[in-house]
Amino acid sequence: MTKILEAKNLHVIRGGSLLVDVPAMTIFEGETLSLIGPNGAGKTTLLQALSYLTKPSAGQVLFRGQAVGEEQRVLEYRRKLAMVFQEPLLFDTTVFGNVASGLKIRGIGGAEARRIAESQLERFGIAHLRDRSAKTLSGGEAQRASLARAFAVSPEILFLDEPFAALDPPTRESIVSDLEKVLAETKTTTIMATHDRNEALRLSDRIAVMEGGRIAQIDRPAVILNRPVDEFVASFVGTETVLYGRIRENRRGTLAAVVNGTEIEAVGDALPGEEVVLCIRPENVTLAMGRGEAATSARNTFTGRIERIVPMGPYQRVHLDCGFPLVAYVTSQSLEGMGLIEDLQVAASVKATAIHVIRQGRRPAGTH
Amino acid sequence: MDIILEGIGQAFILLVTFDPEVIGITWFSLKVSGTATLISLVIGMSAGTAVALAQFPGRRFVVSLINTGMALPPVVVGLFVTIFLWRNGPLGFLEILYTPAAMILAQAIIATPIVMGISLASMQQLPRKLRLQILALGATRLQMVWILIREARLPLLAAVMAGFGGVISEVGASIMVGGNIKGYTRVLTTATVMETSRGNFDIAIALSIILLLFAYAINLVLTYVQQRERPR
Repeated sequence: MTKILEAKNLHVIRGGSLLVDVPAMTIFEGETLSLIGPNGAGKTTLLQALSYLTKPSAGQVLFRGQAVGEEQRVLEYRRKLAMVFQEPLLFDTTVFGNVASGLKIRGIGGAEARRIAESQLERFGIAHLRDRSAKTLSGGEAQRASLARAFAVSPEILFLDEPFAALDPPTRESIVSDLEKVLAETKTTTIMATHDRNEALRLSDRIAVMEGGRIAQIDRPAVILNRPVDEFVASFVGTETVLYGRIRENRRGTLAAVVNGTEIEAVGDALPGEEVVLCIRPENVTLAMGRGEAATSARNTFTGRIERIVPMGPYQRVHLDCGFPLVAYVTSQSLEGMGLIEDLQVAASVKATAIHVIRQGRRPAGTH
Repeated sequence: MDIILEGIGQAFILLVTFDPEVIGITWFSLKVSGTATLISLVIGMSAGTAVALAQFPGRRFVVSLINTGMALPPVVVGLFVTIFLWRNGPLGFLEILYTPAAMILAQAIIATPIVMGISLASMQQLPRKLRLQILALGATRLQMVWILIREARLPLLAAVMAGFGGVISEVGASIMVGGNIKGYTRVLTTATVMETSRGNFDIAIALSIILLLFAYAINLVLTYVQQRERPR
């Protein structure tokens, strides 16, 4: 894999506060990397520093091995990029004029600009809006025009800053699926900031979870989901149950951890006596009626009382008290079928292999 | 009431017969105020754009000064221009007091802060991220400023209209530095003042109607600009 972009000791400080602190980060050619994290985590600032729209306070950005601002002139670097923001930020001209604007800035006009702009209009399904004034577009149409404008300059790296956040769900879905197709076709290296983990999971080859200006974990989506490095990443990627416990014993990789006096079996390499965090994703918890002896192959079965049931559209989130809090997702259908109601005693089971163990004070290798 | 009706009637006749004196005064007013607006446009728009885009300490203070300048009373401008151009004044050697040049100077001083203030505001009302978007499209600094000016072109037109409206309708400075000399420095407003004091209401009303027409045209454009939507 070819490295296209690297950040080294990247710091952005504004008004005395450290907004971005990334010791090292590599983006590979052709990949789609998502930066996810809560508001204020530094996603946008990191995007702007990587694209050199914000000058980093310290550190370097290397494009194909050349330091931007040193061996690589900033303007030349910017002309190899494109950026799409949450707001379409279209110019007060026709849709065509907007899509061709990046080309015009580069001194490309006439028939060539027309050919390129028209093929992008076609690609994003807005060819019929070609001569419309940009100010008459709907939100979805405007964002398509903005994407077409970005792709018109054939960027080597595409930066997307929450590009779908302002769209309603059906519009968002149709644009995301179009973008997915275009990215697969063009293999454009893409870095996208988003706070929507599902969007990130769908589009990304790798995900970087950010918190407080730092990258907490950067890895393939499956690894981020199933093996989060810490409680923050776990809770951000939707691990509802995060438990603190201590290892009692380790029998050839099978751990017995004690949480609030209850023993939980998990798989890992933590040592006896060690403090650990156990992460359980809600979809990995199965519920059965009554007590104990569930008929699944799970290694852990806990008896618990249903504290609260929260409807979440197609499924329901069931909060249990098993001596420790545990969250399970149940489809609305099975909730009704099993007659689950609050205060009911149920058996919850989790496979030992579905419990991710984070050893406290130690982060697994490969976090960059 | 008769005076008014009679005045309006005669004013109408003066207008439709293209009375040479009325036409002459109107044409001269347009020339003086037009030139002054043009000068204020060059200075006001570039300075306003520069202040809007630049970040520097004391920026707020500069903006407040410009906004104060927008309300500069024409008589005060007239007073200071007169003092400067007075024979013994610092610019007395120019010998332009009571000439059209002095009027253009005074009117340009009145219009410049107006144009500057509105240019500043219209550049600032563009989304801040638009600048980032333009830079991300690969623009040089100069290209960026040019695109931003194009994006703000309608509000900037408002700046022109407001500047022109400010000076075509002012009377204090024109009468002080121009002197209302017949056929030389007499403009619509100074003529209206004089004719009114003489009791020649017909000419005064005719001149006022022309002024009102200018005011109407200017506000028509301003209203159109204000009611307009920006693209997303």
